[in-house]
Amino acid sequence: MAKTNALRQERRSPAQSVAETAPAKLDRLIHERLRLGILSALAANESLTFNELKKLLKTTDGNLSVHARKLEDAHYVTCTKSFEGRLPKTEYRLTPTGRRALERYLDHMEALIQAMRER
Amino acid sequence: MKRMGSVPAHPESREPLALHAHAMANLRFIRDTMERAGSFTAVPGMGGMLMGLSALIAAFLAARQPSLDAWLAIWMSEAIVAVSIGVAAAAHKARAVKAPLLTGPGRKFALGLAPSIFVAALVTVVLYRAGLYGVIPGIWLLLYGTGILSGGAFSVPIVPVMGVCFVMLGAIALFCPLEWSHWFLAAGFGGLHIIFGALIAARYGG
Repeated sequence: MAKTNALRQERRSPAQSVAETAPAKLDRLIHERLRLGILSALAANESLTFNELKKLLKTTDGNLSVHARKLEDAHYVTCTKSFEGRLPKTEYRLTPTGRRALERYLDHMEALIQAMRER
Repeated sequence: MKRMGSVPAHPESREPLALHAHAMANLRFIRDTMERAGSFTAVPGMGGMLMGLSALIAAFLAARQPSLDAWLAIWMSEAIVAVSIGVAAAAHKARAVKAPLLTGPGRKFALGLAPSIFVAALVTVVLYRAGLYGVIPGIWLLLYGTGILSGGAFSVPIVPVMGVCFVMLGAIALFCPLEWSHWFLAAGFGGLHIIFGALIAARYGG
């Protein structure tokens, strides 16, 4: 049930900069493992195809497309579909919004670790 | 992919220790993913092919030099040309990756390779002054191979394989007469670069 709740929450405020306003709140959209993986992988590449991401993150078609779609809805990534010969090719890119969101998430994690050290 | 079971749905409500551990795990996951993803682009394949081509030209020219000094000068110039091509190609590839945080794999590769190149340059001077020309090509191939091996240790598997090939070629070259050195250098810096460059370009995008 927790998962459904989390998803519902995301739908309500997908691209909101939660980490900025309250450091205790996480960007739920990124917090999910596979979505974090997609953003991280795209951060290291100009673009990656659907199949490259699938291989890299060791996931299934269905799972990847669902999560990539969520990131797309939040304007964290862009998706372009084209044809390479006769084969359809889906390419993902990180948007500036997505990069900022990932950086905020990284800052957030670092802040958590830092807070623990200061204890 | 499985949803990570160990991450609580509401981490804020858990113990700080668990939070801290999760934060660490998350950072590690991000870094690992980025590094694995970065391997797609770190080593420039097209650049490798160009380096190979320049080495073949150098081998052709060097083989026609009357003196060993001129031969050495050609190869030293080639080293500068090849390094320039390599750096330019890597930079070209890295431009696609916009944030400085994300240049990790390329930086790692350069840091792994640099010590070997430095040692090779130093040893060349020493061997030249000692008049031991015969071992120079073998040493070059060996040290370049070890540099590629250590630089490529964190890259896609094909890169260390190229390193191993250079080391093997260098080991053989070390025990062969100097007259054959053109062939070893052409095969190594020319052939191996072109073959592996093409493979990297085809498989890992450029």
